[in-house]
Amino acid sequence: MERLDPRARSDIYGRRINRAPDPWRVRLVPYASIMLASVLPVLLIADTMPLLPSLGFLLLLAWRMVRPGLLPLWAGAPLGAFDDLVSGQPFGCAIFLWSLAMIAIELIETRFPWRGFWQDWFTASVMSVVYWLASLLFSGASLTPEMVGAAAPQALLAILLYPIITRIVAGLDRFRLARARTID
Amino acid sequence: MAHPSSRRAGFSKKAQFSLFTGYLLAGGGALLGAVLLALSLWQPEAFAPLRGVAGEVVAPVGSGTAVARSSGQGFFASIAAYFNAGAQNAELRRENELARIRLAEADAIAAENRRLKGLLGLRDGESKPVAVTRLVGSTATSGRRHAYIGAGSASGVQPGMPVLSERGVIGRVLETGRNSARVLLLTDSESVLPVRRATDNVIAFAEGRGDGLLRIRLVNLGVNPLKVGDMMVTSGAGGYYRPGVAVAVIAKITPDGGIARLVAEPGATNFVSVLPVHQAQAIAELEAPESVGDTPSPAPTSAASASAAVPPATAEE
Repeated sequence: MERLDPRARSDIYGRRINRAPDPWRVRLVPYASIMLASVLPVLLIADTMPLLPSLGFLLLLAWRMVRPGLLPLWAGAPLGAFDDLVSGQPFGCAIFLWSLAMIAIELIETRFPWRGFWQDWFTASVMSVVYWLASLLFSGASLTPEMVGAAAPQALLAILLYPIITRIVAGLDRFRLARARTID
Repeated sequence: MAHPSSRRAGFSKKAQFSLFTGYLLAGGGALLGAVLLALSLWQPEAFAPLRGVAGEVVAPVGSGTAVARSSGQGFFASIAAYFNAGAQNAELRRENELARIRLAEADAIAAENRRLKGLLGLRDGESKPVAVTRLVGSTATSGRRHAYIGAGSASGVQPGMPVLSERGVIGRVLETGRNSARVLLLTDSESVLPVRRATDNVIAFAEGRGDGLLRIRLVNLGVNPLKVGDMMVTSGAGGYYRPGVAVAVIAKITPDGGIARLVAEPGATNFVSVLPVHQAQAIAELEAPESVGDTPSPAPTSAASASAAVPPATAEE
């Protein structure tokens, strides 16, 4: 069979016979990728203005939308706690907002069980703009018009980045479920 | 995508309970977050040790990316430099001549200064840096402007110490971990720094606006003496900073002062030095009665009421 078609006994996750996904990878990839996305903006740029949207939050939204039911409903709290430690926001801000976001998506999903890409993008855009505004309000600084103006590109970038991030998450999901373990 | 069928509770009591527990835990998480948020807005330093631990993890990785970042900037700058090399060369030659003359004059003035200080018996000890370290990174997503440096309490860095680059003031240490520290940058909207004009004694406060610029607010209102291009330096009031360190250059004039651009951009900075607090004893004496009265001193909102002894960024204390 393999001589006729080398991919006959495999699918996008690799060869099927005698292989299984790695159990650690299956569980850890979503959490690890979200935590990495929380740290990434701190490492890459040192600047006088906020530039990137909260990549950790965008990745959380994307994992939740691309793979419903993979992250438990309460996952926003521990992941948010990690984000708070590095993001510069007051501790508790992301725990609060990420938990609320997870509950909100769950409710939206119960209300509209059949969703498509455009609706997901719309939901994610509304949520990331609300998150952007709320984290400005909760940042502990008195809000000035200049601050909002300087942070506005963040909101726009968050909306535009969502499709790219869902592609990244889809790729990570393929990596997560790849049959890496050989069963003897 | 529709619900996976396993996530509909149906009549199964077990599924109903696990769904309910999920909501309960998520709601509890949100509630916990709200309480923690209120607590950390009320007492900003409450979670400093936790953040210190996180900073320890970020700092070593960040120093690696800092090298890449600064060499990347050097790469683009060197390409750009090829374009107006000739004109720039002539210009620089002329400036160098002038600078040499000014340097000689400055040497003479420094010597005279030393002599006069010696006459007065005033000993303004040279403050040696506590630590020289890399600027690891900054909070790029939050509205607050904090940065991380790769030295902490193990090297003697304490909260309140000024952080300078070779060009000028970067900010002030806010929290320390063992091998990393968090710095409040000048452009943070809670940062206030007493400054004066380099050439004379026009006193003002430099407040961060949160968008990369500083608002210079004059203490003595009246005719605005500032001009575009004026250099503002630290006045030394408040006791945290050594007087005479470059802070910002005025870019625009407003009725009560001006809008200024930073001299030391954190984005273009690789190494910083942490200096000891300039007048540590005076600050300790100033802060002692406040802790008895138990009133957190607010940030100076009106320039008239703010005396010269207001420490920078009191709201963060």
